[in-house]
Amino acid sequence: MIDGLSILLILAGLVFFAAGSAGMLRFPDVYTRLHALTKADNLGLGLVVLGLLIRAEALAPMLKLVLVWALVLVAGAAACHLVAQRDWTRRDREGDL
Amino acid sequence: MSGFLLAAALFLLLTIAAGMVRVLRGPTDGDRMLAAQLFGTTGVAILLLLAEALAMPALIDVALVFALLAAVATVAFVRQRGEREADDD
Repeated sequence: MIDGLSILLILAGLVFFAAGSAGMLRFPDVYTRLHALTKADNLGLGLVVLGLLIRAEALAPMLKLVLVWALVLVAGAAACHLVAQRDWTRRDREGDL
Repeated sequence: MSGFLLAAALFLLLTIAAGMVRVLRGPTDGDRMLAAQLFGTTGVAILLLLAEALAMPALIDVALVFALLAAVATVAFVRQRGEREADDD
């Protein structure tokens, strides 16, 4: 029962990872690629973490798994804003020329 | 179960290989940095899957370090480019 649910969650996570990678390859510019990456991938990781979480026995590894996901979420959001802002200011500067 | 987990990790490795195409093509270095960030997130997922499949809980700590390093790499990238451009101006 738990194994089945775990497999289901991990498979769903893999689908989101595949979608993120496909978007990374197919989307036309930096902003749409940011959109594909920072949402699909973090959701995929969340589902994988959830799938592993229900299999964990002790409390400490569970907390660590959640901590990893939270860290990736925060880092992903910050990195997304930084890259987008950098690209935006560069484009403005090139537009002035 | 561990067979399934290993297969899932292998699949994620394949998506990383597909993402390499974006690193090669670019066109801007922002795109390349995004691809590197994708590798960071996917690498964390691979490590978590391996930690469960191989019964090596230490790999979860490695994943934690990976998540930290991916964030630091992006910040370093943005800072470095910004300063170089300021010098050019």
